[in-house]
Amino acid sequence: MADNIYLPHPVTIEKVTQEAPGVRTLRLKFKDEEVARTFEFKAGQFGEYSAFGEGESTFCIASSPTRKGYIECTFREAGKVTSALAKLEEGQTMGFRGPYGNTFPLDEWKGKSLLFVAGGIALPPMRCVIWNALDTRSNFKDISILYGAKSVADLVYKHELREWEERPDVNLLTTVDPGGETPGWKGQVGFVPAVLEKMNPTAENTVAIVCGPPVMIKFTFPVLDKLGFKPENIYTTLENRMKCGVGKCGRCNVGSKYVCKDGPVFSRAQLEALPAEY
Amino acid sequence: MEQKYIPKASLKAWLGKVRDDGRRLYAPVTENGKTSFRRVKSADEISMEHVQTAQSAKGVAFPRTERLFSYVRQPDGDVTLQDYDPSAIPDTVVFGLRPCDAAALKPLSGIFGWDTEDKPFSERMRRVVFVGVSCSRCDAFCFCTSVGGHPGSAEGSDILLTVVGDGEGYLAEIVTDRGRALVEKGGDLFESATGISKEDYLAEVPVRFSVEEVQRKMAGAFEGDIWKSQSARCLGCGACAFVCPACACFDIQENARGSGAGDRIRCWDSCGFSLFTLHTSGHNPRSTQSQRWRQRLLHKFCYMPQRLSVRGCTGCGRCSRACPVDMNLAEHLGEFEHL
Ligand SMILES: Cc1cc2nc3c(=O)[nH]c(=O)nc-3n(C[C@H](O)[C@H](O)[C@H](O)COP(=O)(O)OP(=O)(O)OC[C@H]3O[C@@H](n4cnc5c(N)ncnc54)[C@H](O)[C@@H]3O)c2cc1C
Ligand code: SF4
Ligand code: SF4
Ligand code: FES
Repeated sequence: MADNIYLPHPVTIEKVTQEAPGVRTLRLKFKDEEVARTFEFKAGQFGEYSAFGEGESTFCIASSPTRKGYIECTFREAGKVTSALAKLEEGQTMGFRGPYGNTFPLDEWKGKSLLFVAGGIALPPMRCVIWNALDTRSNFKDISILYGAKSVADLVYKHELREWEERPDVNLLTTVDPGGETPGWKGQVGFVPAVLEKMNPTAENTVAIVCGPPVMIKFTFPVLDKLGFKPENIYTTLENRMKCGVGKCGRCNVGSKYVCKDGPVFSRAQLEALPAEY
Repeated sequence: MEQKYIPKASLKAWLGKVRDDGRRLYAPVTENGKTSFRRVKSADEISMEHVQTAQSAKGVAFPRTERLFSYVRQPDGDVTLQDYDPSAIPDTVVFGLRPCDAAALKPLSGIFGWDTEDKPFSERMRRVVFVGVSCSRCDAFCFCTSVGGHPGSAEGSDILLTVVGDGEGYLAEIVTDRGRALVEKGGDLFESATGISKEDYLAEVPVRFSVEEVQRKMAGAFEGDIWKSQSARCLGCGACAFVCPACACFDIQENARGSGAGDRIRCWDSCGFSLFTLHTSGHNPRSTQSQRWRQRLLHKFCYMPQRLSVRGCTGCGRCSRACPVDMNLAEHLGEFEHL
């Protein structure tokens, strides 16, 4: 008999990290040992996270598939379910079902340089790919990361940003919106698209991965065009509202594509072939 | 296909035998002038005077609300889950659904069965036998023949009955093994049927448009103005989706019972609702009613044929009958043909 696709796996919250005001990372461990041992996913996939009594929310898996034994999600307190999840403490139980959706084609990117461009809370989907690439570092040429947030306080994964900054094999650039800097801020000041233009990365043999709020993406694409990035070498993720995550509830589609099945990862070339319903 | 004949007078006895082993019987019942599928104890309660029931029979396989699992939260923060229990689903016979409702089981099965199996749906379907009844009458809203259907189509039914003669009996076409088992329960009540042609007793449903042409034009009209003009008066009430035998969109909600226990449930939803695709941020990919109307039509007539090889509409006409502002689907589809 088939499994019930709506039944979540109970998971224990092993660790809570307050990343920024209203943003938390939860490290989750499957309670069922068999599931914990066999669970697999790939960079870019997402899941449905349950706060029992409140409902489910969709987040990407923010940890890397190369780090075994747990999964992590990073989320912003936005509404009903995320507020309930933010109240949970270490040791408590929540639910997870997944992994769902397609993946970043890391295999196809072997031998290329990677340029990550992230804004705000959109670093989580990218963090998964970044760690995946760093843990298999010899597969790729240069790795550059441009990450921007509203203010210094809003930067997430501060600890990891420091780690990436110190690595000689990563080129990290952080920026905050004008007015968001603190007296001791050593990074850039300016919006992501402008800083990207100044950064002037090469498009040669390079894949750009762009995640962020729609307005950031809107102004980043033309800059990438100018730098010579082809639509098939630019990747992003869509965040259409979801319920089932498995192509049944009917709400996440963009034209004939279900973001939960055919996405959430799309190349810009694929997006251009779809109606603008996202 | 094997055919039998059952006199109208024997129907009650047969349906009584069908219920013998505890099976539930659902059939059209008229209450306060409205005909809907209800659980019945006797064939006397059944009414077959209608062209079409107000609600379709889809709720038997896809109930309006359904528990997906239950949870109990312990005081220490631990949670125990109770899985969906298919053994609680009753064996059921649905009597009297029209061919357009039976045909809608295919798009429903397409959505719930593609890629991964939806257990609540498939377990219910496993336990239902569908006894269809052909249409001897139609109304101005019916358009089954325009979307590949037929007032005497047996598709989706396990048994298809057609009222024959002067209404004194039914021709029974046995479509599936499950249908055969149900006929065998009737024993001698079923007689041999020779020389009866159901075609003589069916409604004549005019073909209102070429669906291939409509689909072709529609696929190319995404950026067109037709969606706006057609949906200008749509209220976004969702009635069309709630009466549709082929609509499957649903919401997942929490039914918290207090004291830490509750159910995760799913309930019918509609792509016509303004909240359907609304992000928590306030952004909405389908923020206007015309975008939502476009989604309704393109999903049924382009995306589903493309992805699932089946249309999401069987021409039952319910959406047009139910619409408070007289949106007429057959007319609107016809407009695409002349784009
Ligand atoms: C593929 C994907 C990946 C994502 N990844 C991330 C990520 O990594 N990090 C992140 O922060 N965000 C992510 N998001 C966005 C995230 O899913 C939403 O921000 C989150 O679901 C908001 O949930 P909420 O319960 O707090 O919001 P709400 O607006 O409260 O809604 C949550 C649900 O509760 C129900 N609900 C709420 N209020 C009501 C009401 N009054 N009546 C009835 N029902 C109600 C609704 O059904 C709704 O679906 C992602 C989204 C997608 C699609
Ligand atoms: S769309 Fe309208 S006519 Fe078509 S199956 Fe649904 S309710 Fe019937
Ligand atoms: S029933 Fe009519 S008014 Fe209501 S959503 Fe459907 S088309 Fe619009
Ligand atoms: S989330 Fe339900 S269909 Fe994609």
